[in-house]
Amino acid sequence: MKRYVIIGNGVAAAGCIEGIRSLDPDGEITVISEEDHPVYSRPLISYLLEGKTDTERMKYRPDGFYKENGCLVLYGRRAVSVDAARRTVTTDDGAEIPYDGLCVAAGSRPFVPPFEGLGTVKNKFPFMTLDDALALDKALMSGPDVLIVGAGLIGLKCAEGIRDRAKSVTVCDLADRVLSSILDPDCAAVVQKHLEQHGIGFMLGDTVIRFEDGRAYMKNGGTVDFDVLVLAVGVRANCELVKNAGGEVNRGIIVDERMKTTLDGVYAAGDCAEGYDASLGARRVLAILPNAYMQGNTAGKNMAGGCATFDNAVPMNSVGFFGLHIMTAGVYDGEMLEDAENGSIRRLFVKEGRLAGFILIGGTDRAGIYTSLIRERTPLDTIDFDFTKKVVSNLIFSQDVRRKKFGGVV
Amino acid sequence: MKRVYVNEEWCLGCHLCEYNCAYANSGIKDMVAALKDKRIFPRIHVEGEDKITFAVSCRHCTDPICVKSCIAGAVSKKDGVVRIDRGKCVGCLTCVLVCPYGALAPGEDGIMQKCELCLDNACGAPACVTGCPNRAIVYEERGESE
Repeated sequence: MKRYVIIGNGVAAAGCIEGIRSLDPDGEITVISEEDHPVYSRPLISYLLEGKTDTERMKYRPDGFYKENGCLVLYGRRAVSVDAARRTVTTDDGAEIPYDGLCVAAGSRPFVPPFEGLGTVKNKFPFMTLDDALALDKALMSGPDVLIVGAGLIGLKCAEGIRDRAKSVTVCDLADRVLSSILDPDCAAVVQKHLEQHGIGFMLGDTVIRFEDGRAYMKNGGTVDFDVLVLAVGVRANCELVKNAGGEVNRGIIVDERMKTTLDGVYAAGDCAEGYDASLGARRVLAILPNAYMQGNTAGKNMAGGCATFDNAVPMNSVGFFGLHIMTAGVYDGEMLEDAENGSIRRLFVKEGRLAGFILIGGTDRAGIYTSLIRERTPLDTIDFDFTKKVVSNLIFSQDVRRKKFGGVV
Repeated sequence: MKRVYVNEEWCLGCHLCEYNCAYANSGIKDMVAALKDKRIFPRIHVEGEDKITFAVSCRHCTDPICVKSCIAGAVSKKDGVVRIDRGKCVGCLTCVLVCPYGALAPGEDGIMQKCELCLDNACGAPACVTGCPNRAIVYEERGESE
């Protein structure tokens, strides 16, 4: 009987468990879970603070998931080292766990720059985990002034989630625009304006140079007084276990299209892994939930002796702020096709005859058709790609293709 | 397994499937009360123009990317049917972003809803199919794996 070990207990781990069990009903699965919770939907922590979900509904899988899948979960345990030659994982209580197949799904951790005086700030919180959110939840009871450092997805979802519970919410970022990793300057300006209309304040192109308890001194000369500080500057992949075991790492743990690391018997998945981005044509960390599941699932199948590949990962995000939906995918490279009306923006990027990426703000109907064109690298001259149609439709495909898609004709 | 299939050449573009869908999932007995003067949010929609029209609804894919992508773990597949737990959904629309068929759209409240083949409502079989006047959508076995 095979022995599987999974380091981490997030969505990549859940995908791995389900991948293993799709092929091997009997092997032993041990999950090392540093967090003291069964797998939960991490991106929902902002919705928790907003009151749109609760810890019960945040469970990513039903109660009984681990039992039904025959998993032993070691809650509150941390993996401290991997011995790839002997095929063992050592945990922080000194236990040595042998494996035939290992999946490192250790996620990422908040990156906190060495701000001067940060130690003087009492109420400061990262915003990554359920425990972070629950701690912040308590600090919001007094209706505080909140400063959020970081105008990325994590910082802005936090801002939205706490807006109605805080006296004020100010977001600062060294970047000169919001969501700089997924939006170009024009689109970022539209989103920023929308957020400002909903009461979020911004200090962009600016950074904290010094904290003094409840006050931040900014580079541009201003100051911000706050009761609660949220640090959402960025994250770093947890690569050290594999690196120290002799595996290749870059910004994340290097994996091939089967999610195998450079170490025999060791796979990696999720926010700690650096796999191939089909839209970029190069490897990069794609720290998004769908990717975590699909990588974990691929790793699990391969650990169980299958031959699964995941070679069409692309960055993609769907996120809403105060009712305004934003969808993005791929890379913003090549010729840009654009239309904009009534606060809606549609920008498509066409490169070498293929859709390379898109940004949609407002109108997002049937956007998955665009995403599939990127993921499947569909040559646009094989479809009726008519940009003048306001909403993308399955009409772009030929009748034969539609017969296959909707008629079950193989 | 049985699936809803589209016979595109027979579609009249009458949109009756949309109304039957909205009615079937309204939980209201009287069709007029369920639909009259209301904007409907059906789980099937008719696409096309002029001479070409066809209905699009969830394919209940063999390997559904919406299930793998849902950030809330709200979409699952059991017995061949892809279902959504609307209590868990937060309306992020990631499933809309990934569905290659463009088959998904949120309900009136912004929370996702989807075709569940009318298995759980009063119809017991897809109302869009039952009400289609020209057999342009059918519910049958065509040999695709679950």
